[in-house]
Amino acid sequence: MINWFKYSSPQTFFPLAGEMVPWFFALAVAFGAAGLYIGFFVAPTDAQQGEAYRIIFIHVAAAWMSMFLYLVMAFWAGVGLVFNTRLSAMVAQALAPTGALMTFIALWTGALWGKPTWGTWWVWDARLTSELILLFLYLGFIALQAAIDEPRRADKAGAVLALVGAVNVPIIYFSVKWWNTLHQGASVSLMAAPTMAKTMLWGMLMMALAFWMYALGAVLVRVRSILLERERHTDWVASYLGRLR
Amino acid sequence: MFEADQLACVRGDRPLFESVSFRMEAGAALQVAGVNGSGKTSLLRILCGLSSPADGEIRWKGTSTRSLREEFFSDLLYLGHAPAVKDDLTPVENLMTSAALAGIDADEADARQALERIGLAGCEDLPTKVLSQGQRRRAALARLLLSERIPLWVLDEPFTALDAAAVEQLRGTMEGHLQRGGLLVFTTHQDVPIRAGQFSRLELAR
Amino acid sequence: MIAIFRCVLRRDLVLAFRRRSDVLTTLFFFVIVVSLFPLGVGPEPELLRTMAPGILWVAALLASMLSLGRLFSLDYLDGTLEQMLLAPEPLPVIVLAKAAAHWLVSGLPLVLMSPVLAIQFDLTQTLIEILVLSLLLGTPVLSLIGAIGASLTLGLRGGGVLVSLLVLPLYVPVLIFGAGAVGAESSGLGAQSHLLLLAAMLVFAAVASPWAVAAGLRISVE
Repeated sequence: MINWFKYSSPQTFFPLAGEMVPWFFALAVAFGAAGLYIGFFVAPTDAQQGEAYRIIFIHVAAAWMSMFLYLVMAFWAGVGLVFNTRLSAMVAQALAPTGALMTFIALWTGALWGKPTWGTWWVWDARLTSELILLFLYLGFIALQAAIDEPRRADKAGAVLALVGAVNVPIIYFSVKWWNTLHQGASVSLMAAPTMAKTMLWGMLMMALAFWMYALGAVLVRVRSILLERERHTDWVASYLGRLR
Repeated sequence: MFEADQLACVRGDRPLFESVSFRMEAGAALQVAGVNGSGKTSLLRILCGLSSPADGEIRWKGTSTRSLREEFFSDLLYLGHAPAVKDDLTPVENLMTSAALAGIDADEADARQALERIGLAGCEDLPTKVLSQGQRRRAALARLLLSERIPLWVLDEPFTALDAAAVEQLRGTMEGHLQRGGLLVFTTHQDVPIRAGQFSRLELAR
Repeated sequence: MIAIFRCVLRRDLVLAFRRRSDVLTTLFFFVIVVSLFPLGVGPEPELLRTMAPGILWVAALLASMLSLGRLFSLDYLDGTLEQMLLAPEPLPVIVLAKAAAHWLVSGLPLVLMSPVLAIQFDLTQTLIEILVLSLLLGTPVLSLIGAIGASLTLGLRGGGVLVSLLVLPLYVPVLIFGAGAVGAESSGLGAQSHLLLLAAMLVFAAVASPWAVAAGLRISVE
C-alpha cells in the first residue's frame, strides 16, 4: 500500500512536484509535436472543409480539457471542503486559470474555424455557447477567490461555488442544446469514433494528451507557488528559501 | 460539562492564541480577559461554533459540539457585539423574533413583561431606531430574561453602553443564572464582580 | 420547523413592508429596463413581438439580482444572521423562508406587472398567459439560485458586481426555458414541455439550493 497521505503533506509534496514539472512539460512538447505532425501532415484533407478543418486538432482537445478540468476542479474543491485538506483546495485554485485558458483557446479556435466554415466568426451554436458560459463560470470562480482575503474562506467559498457550478454544467449544456437544436452533432464520441478517419482520431488523442501534460505541469507549478505564499511563515519554507540564496 | 481542549485560532497569517483549555461545571462562570486584539471575541465565536478553531475541540456534556450541532445550539445563548436588533422592528417584535430563532417558547405577554423588567416600559411599540444606544442594548439583553431554561450563556461585552443601574440589574440576572446552575462565559472591560457560582478568569496573552 | 419558517417569513415581509421604497425600486427598475428596449431597437411591432419574452425575462433576471445584496447583508451587519446560524432549527429551513420572502417581495411584483408590459409589446392573450406562467415558475428559481451567490459574497468589497458574475451564468437554463416557453407557444409547438421543465427546476432548486446557501453562510460568517 502506498501511503497517499504522505504525499498530501506540503513538505513532501513541494519537492516531489518540483521534480515532476519538467517531465510533464517535456511530455507535453513531445505529444504536442506528434499530434501536430499527424494533424498537419498525415491526416487527409477534408472533402468539404479543405485545410481549414485542421484547427479541430487544437479546438476539440481544448474543448475536452475545458469541461473536464472544471469537473476535476470541482472534485478537488469538494474533497477540500469535506476533508478539510489544504492541498486539495490549493489544487482547485490552481486548476481554475488553466481551465479558463483551455476554454478561451476552444472559443478562439472555434471562431477561427467558424470563419471559413460558416462564413462568420461567431455563431450561437450550442457548443460554442455552452463553452462561453463555462468561461463565465471559471471567471466567477477566479473572481470570488480573488475577492476574499482570508485563504480559508476563499477555499471553502470557491468550493461551494465550484460544486454548484458542476451540478449546473450538465443542466446548462442540455438547455443550451435544447435551445439550439440546429447544431453539428458532437463528432467525436466513443460511439461515433469509427466514422472518423483513424489518423484523425490519433491526432486528436495526441493533442489531448499534450494538453493533459501541459495542464498537469502548469497546475503543479501554480500549486507550488500558492504553497510557498501560504506557508511562508513555516520553517520548511524558510529553509527552502534559505537554500535558494 | 463544557470543555475546551487545546483550542488554537489563526487570523490570516497571525496566530491569535493556542492551547486554550478549560473545563466548566454547572454554576461556573468564566471571564475571558485580555487586551484588545488578543482574540476574546474570536474565542467566544469558536466556543459557539460560529467559526471553527485551527486546532482543538469543544465538548458539551462529553460530546464534540461539531457533531451535536443543533442539539448544542438549543442549549446555547450567544449575545455578540452586534445586538441582533432590527431598527425597523419594535422591541416586542425584535424580542419575539429572537426568542423564536433561539427556540424559546414565549408569547407576546412574556415578551412585554421581559421588556418592562429591563426598563423599556413605554417603548415596547416604538420602532427601535428612535431608541437610544443604551435602550437598544437593553432591548437586546431582554432576551436573557426569557432564556432562563437555556443552560449555557456566552456573552460578548454585555455591559457595553449600559448605565450603572442597568449594569447592576444585568449582574443580578447573570448571578441568578449561575445560582440556577447555569454556565456563563463572558468578556468585559468594566470591572463587574460576579459573586455567585464558581468564578474563574482566563487570560489571553499575546 | 414550520413555526420557524413562518416566523422568519413573516419577519422579512414586515421588514420589507416597512421599507416599501426598496420593493418599489426593484419594480421600477424592471419597468424601465423593459421600456428602454423599444427605444434601442426601434418600434417595429413585428420585431418587438418576437423579442418581448426575451426582453421581459432578461429584465426580470437583472431586477431579481438587484435586490440580492439585501437578502443577507442587513442581517449580517446587525448580528441577526449569527442568531440564525445558532438556531436549534435546521439552517436550510430558515434560508428557504428568506428566499421565499425575497421572491414574494421582489419576484412576485414583477410577475404581476409583466402582463401590462407584455401588452406594450403587443403579445396576444394566450402568449401573455404563457409568459406570466413561465415567470411565476421561473422567478422563484432565480431567488433560490441568487441566494447562493448572495451567501458566498457576503461582506465582500464589490459584492454587488461580483454576485452578478457568479449568478448570471447559473441563470441561463431558467432564461432559456422561460423565454423559450413563449417562443414555443407562438411557433405552434406548445409550451407544455418548457413549463414542465421549469417546474422541475423549481422543485430541484427548492430542495438543493438551501443546503448550498446554508453552507455558504456558515463559511462567510466565520
